[in-house]
Amino acid sequence: MTYETVSAFAQTYGLVYLFVLFIGVLVYALWPSNRERFERAARMPLQED
Amino acid sequence: MNLLSGLLLVLGAIGSLLLAFAASDKVMTFHAVLLLAFFAIGAYLVFRRKPAASIAGYQDDVIRAGAIASIFWGVVGFLVGLVIALQLAWPALNFDLPWTNFGRLRPLHTSAVIFAFGGNILLMTSFHVVQRTCQARLAGGWAGWFVFWGYQLFILMAATGYLLGVTQGKEYAEPEWYVDLWLTIVWVVYLLVFLGTLWKRKEPHIYVANWFYLAFIVTVAMLHLVNNAAIPLSLTGTRSYVVWAGVQDALTQWWYGHNAVGFFLTAGFLAIMYYYVPKRAERPVYSYRLSIVHFWSLIFLYIWAGPHHLHYTALPEWAQTLGMTFSVMLWMPSWGGMVNGLLTLSGAWDKLRTDPVLRMMVVSVAFYGMSTFEGPLMSIKAVNALSHYTDWTIGHVHSGALGWVAFVSFGALYYIVPVLWQRQRLYSNRLVSVHFWIATLGIVLYITAMWVSGILQGLMWRAYDQLGFLEYSFGETVEAMHPFYLIRALGGLLFVLGSLIMAYNLWRTMRGDLREEVDPMATPAAAAAAAS
Repeated sequence: MTYETVSAFAQTYGLVYLFVLFIGVLVYALWPSNRERFERAARMPLQED
Repeated sequence: MNLLSGLLLVLGAIGSLLLAFAASDKVMTFHAVLLLAFFAIGAYLVFRRKPAASIAGYQDDVIRAGAIASIFWGVVGFLVGLVIALQLAWPALNFDLPWTNFGRLRPLHTSAVIFAFGGNILLMTSFHVVQRTCQARLAGGWAGWFVFWGYQLFILMAATGYLLGVTQGKEYAEPEWYVDLWLTIVWVVYLLVFLGTLWKRKEPHIYVANWFYLAFIVTVAMLHLVNNAAIPLSLTGTRSYVVWAGVQDALTQWWYGHNAVGFFLTAGFLAIMYYYVPKRAERPVYSYRLSIVHFWSLIFLYIWAGPHHLHYTALPEWAQTLGMTFSVMLWMPSWGGMVNGLLTLSGAWDKLRTDPVLRMMVVSVAFYGMSTFEGPLMSIKAVNALSHYTDWTIGHVHSGALGWVAFVSFGALYYIVPVLWQRQRLYSNRLVSVHFWIATLGIVLYITAMWVSGILQGLMWRAYDQLGFLEYSFGETVEAMHPFYLIRALGGLLFVLGSLIMAYNLWRTMRGDLREEVDPMATPAAAAAAAS
């Protein structure tokens, strides 16, 4: 495994992998049916303790 | 379970006793005795303790201990900072002694404020937040106490080691190999306690603050293991050699160093923001969706930013550019997080007038925004050419450390102490206000002095005369710093005074005292009635 193969892998598949993962995060955060769950989660600190 | 842990502690005690006799240098003997005391007392307590009367409810005693330890280490760390600031202004204060030399006190200051003060704040608040948001008792029984006392022992061994001249010479990773190993054990138990509590949660959703804490714990473990990879000269001595060399060592060090900022001082304290700001403002998180995007983008980007510490060095150019690019991109998640923290106050802005604790938290978020604007700016190579190696860097670090990290920690302490000691309110809200103003003034003096000093220094270093020679000798640039070092020390003094006021106020709160004063948190009508 040379430096060139590692950097070629990182610059192509690595980039695509991280980008797709980030898109996945955006989709999860904005998915309409998650709205209610997140609204409940936003109030979690306010529960009685 | 108790028998097993007791036996492990006894084994540890025997091991450290042997080490104390076999040690090949005095510091190792001293640290082996500290370890022996830790194991012996631990084993005694584990064997002696009867099954706890109640294991229902939350485990709050370890959080209370964490609050006291945080206050103590905070005051100590700030005081040592003041001492070294004065040493820079008046070098005679080094006293020509090895133990009080700037070179030994400086890592004592940085470790005391980051790892002792900041670390205890993170331990304490993470144990508090994870129990409250999971509605589950801390996992592991005594393990929480092991983490707490084990961490204090790590601090003690690191700090006394520095003063006695034991260091591996890596910035923010000065402790030698055996102290690193000890921290690794403590940290793994910490991770298990945290994960175990998450596992027991009654809430199906894991609250965003816990994500930030988890990222902090896991990433710090990874950074610690890689950067501290070292081969000891002997198993009974303090000295070791780091396995990395040359530019690889430099890159590993700053990958560690910058992510210590990113994951210890940012992710961990953002967790504090995401729990205590909504709690104190009694408002839900402004946008939970934004908090998810904030979390993942911060985690993705921070880990690549380290090379900006090595601009114009032997590090390959592309790696420097990569570090700069990721640092500039960090602007977005940082400001997204700041906006989310600030807008959590929507509908509760009036509380800023009456609640000095909330004011402290909000100013901390504002400082977070400011220093995460300044950081990417300084990572740009053209700017870095002027700012690097100057006091500007010191000013930048302190606007983040004093303004953001310390202020949000003070806010959390002011919230936690009355709640966990079950007091009606703080001893004095007026004193919180005094602390707030005196500390803010201190920070402003500190960072403005360092801006002027740093830019002056950078400009003097790059000034040439008409023949192409350097205009100033290095000595002249040092001399020019003197007035700014005095102003910086004054700022530091104010900050220390503020922390002493806080310590007094929290101590009186723990005792259950209430200062008679018009409660600014009461409604205006009630306050007017109380005043008349």
